[in-house]
Amino acid sequence: MKIGFELNGKAASLEIEPRETLAEVLRARCRLTGVKLSCEAQVCGSCTVLVDGLPVSACTYLAYEIRDKRVTTIEGLADPPGRLHPLQQAFLDHFAFQCGFCTPGMILAAKSLLDENVHVSDEEIIAYMSGNLCRCTGYLGILKAIRQASAEMKATWKENRSTS
Amino acid sequence: MTTLSRFEIDQPGSVAEASQMLGHYGDQAAIYAGGTELLLAMRHRALSYKHLIDLKVIPGLNAIKARDGVIEIGAACTHRTIESSSLVREMQPVFAELESQVANIRVRATGTLGGNLCFAEPHSDPATMLLVLGATVWIESARGTREIPIEKLIAGAYANHLAPGEILTRIVVPCGKSNHRAAYMKFQIHERPTLGLGLWLETLDGGRTFTAARVAVGCVSPFPHRAPVAEALLTGSRAEVEKHLPETAALIADGADLVDDHEGSAEYKRHLVDVFLRRTFLKAVGLRISS
Ligand SMILES: Cc1cc2nc3c(=O)[nH]c(=O)nc-3n(C[C@H](O)[C@H](O)[C@H](O)COP(=O)(O)OP(=O)(O)OC[C@H]3O[C@@H](n4cnc5c(N)ncnc54)[C@H](O)[C@@H]3O)c2cc1C
Ligand code: FES
Ligand code: FES
Repeated sequence: MKIGFELNGKAASLEIEPRETLAEVLRARCRLTGVKLSCEAQVCGSCTVLVDGLPVSACTYLAYEIRDKRVTTIEGLADPPGRLHPLQQAFLDHFAFQCGFCTPGMILAAKSLLDENVHVSDEEIIAYMSGNLCRCTGYLGILKAIRQASAEMKATWKENRSTS
Repeated sequence: MTTLSRFEIDQPGSVAEASQMLGHYGDQAAIYAGGTELLLAMRHRALSYKHLIDLKVIPGLNAIKARDGVIEIGAACTHRTIESSSLVREMQPVFAELESQVANIRVRATGTLGGNLCFAEPHSDPATMLLVLGATVWIESARGTREIPIEKLIAGAYANHLAPGEILTRIVVPCGKSNHRAAYMKFQIHERPTLGLGLWLETLDGGRTFTAARVAVGCVSPFPHRAPVAEALLTGSRAEVEKHLPETAALIADGADLVDDHEGSAEYKRHLVDVFLRRTFLKAVGLRISS
C-alpha cells in the first residue's frame, strides 16, 4: 500500500507492506540508522521515534500507522545549517552518553516531554524517561542534560511569549 | 531482527462491519488496536493471522464522554489519552493516575484500554481497579449489543469471554462522589507489575466510619480477584478497620489464587498483599505513607 507522511519536516511517500515495522522502513529504506534496535519488545526505548510528537517504539509499530502523520527521528533535530537542538547540545555538555546506543531514543523521548511541558520537575523527568534504558551512563548525566535543555527551552519559550 | 509474517490490514467503517469481517475470516483474523501485545505475539509466532482488522479507523471509538455519574471510555482510547483527559482527571482521578503509571510512555501512546482488557494479560493495572470501581463494558457485534460487568469479560490468563465476532466498544466507569475514597497502588520491578491493589471505601462522615467497601488484588494470579469476605472487615469505624488490616489482607490473599511465578513465590505475594493493603488504605484515607 502507498502511504504519504511527513518525515523530519519534508513530505514523503512510500510503497509499504502492511507487515513492515516503522524501524525496518526508516532504517533500511530511508537510511535513517539513528533508529536503533535492541530489545524489540517495547522495553528499552532505543528505537524511539516521534509520531505526531508522541514517542513510539519503532521496533513494534507498523509503518502503516504513520499515514498522514509527522515522523521525527534524531536526524531531523538539528536545524538545517547544522545547529544542534538544545537537547543534543546538553547531552554533549553533560557527557550524557558513552556508547551512544540509547541516545537517539533518549533525546527524542525527552523532546516530546519538553515540547509538551517545558516546566518539568526532576520527578516528572524521571517518571517520563523511565521507559528508556541506558546500560552505560548511570542516568545522572542524562537527567542533568534534560534539566539544562529545559532551562534553555524555557528561556526561548519566554522570549517567544514576550514577542508574540 | 525478526520480520513479521505477511498479513493484510482491513479497515472497517463501523463496528458492525468489523464484526462481519471477523465472522467472514474466522480464525484467520484478529482485531488490531494499538498492536502492543498482538504484534509482539505475532513476532514470536505465538499468534498468527492473515488479516488484522484495524479498530482505530472506526469513528467514535476513541472518545471519552460523561453521562449520569459515569464516564464512558471508547475501547480504542490509548492509555495516554485517558491519563491526559481532563474529564477522567476530574471525575475519576484514581483511574487517571493509574493510567499514567501503566507501562512506559511509548506503550501508553499506542496501547489501548480495550486491548489491555481483551488480551487479559494477568499483569494488568486497569482490570483490577475497574473491578473495584464496578465498571461495566459494552460488547458489540453484527447481532447487537450487550452490557456486562467487567468481571464477566475476563475469563483467565490471556482469555476473555467474547464470543466469535464480538468487539469491546466501551468501558463505563461509575464515578466517585465526595463520599467515596479510592486508591490504587502497585509494586513493580520489571516491565509489568508484580502486584496491584485497588480499594474503594464509602464514608458518610468524612472518613471516621466506612459504610461500604470494595477491594481487589491483581497481577498475583491469573486474573484479578475481588474479595467479598475481606470487604466486610473494611466497614465500620476507621480504628476497627485499621486494627483488622492484617486479617483482611490474609483473607484477600486466601481468595486470590496466588501463584508462584517469575515475579515471586505465592508466599512472597501474600506478604506484598499485607504491605500494600495498609499502604493503599492510608492513601485512600489521605494519610502519608511511612514504611
Ligand atoms: C513493555 C510493556 C509493558 C507493559 N506494562 C504494563 C503495565 O505496567 N500495566 C498494564 O496494565 N499493562 C502493561 N502492558 C500492557 C499494555 O497495557 C497493553 O499492551 C495494551 O494496552 C494493549 O492494547 P493494544 O491496543 O496495543 O492491544 P492489541 O495488541 O492491539 O490487542 C491485544 C489483543 O486484544 C484484542 N483486542 C484489542 N482490542 C479489542 C477490542 N476492542 N475488542 C475485542 N478484542 C480486542 C486483539 O485482537 C488482541 O488479541 C505492557 C505492555 C508492554 C509491551
Ligand atoms: S528496540 Fe524497541 S523498545 Fe527496545
Ligand atoms: S550510552 Fe550506552 S546504552 Fe546509553
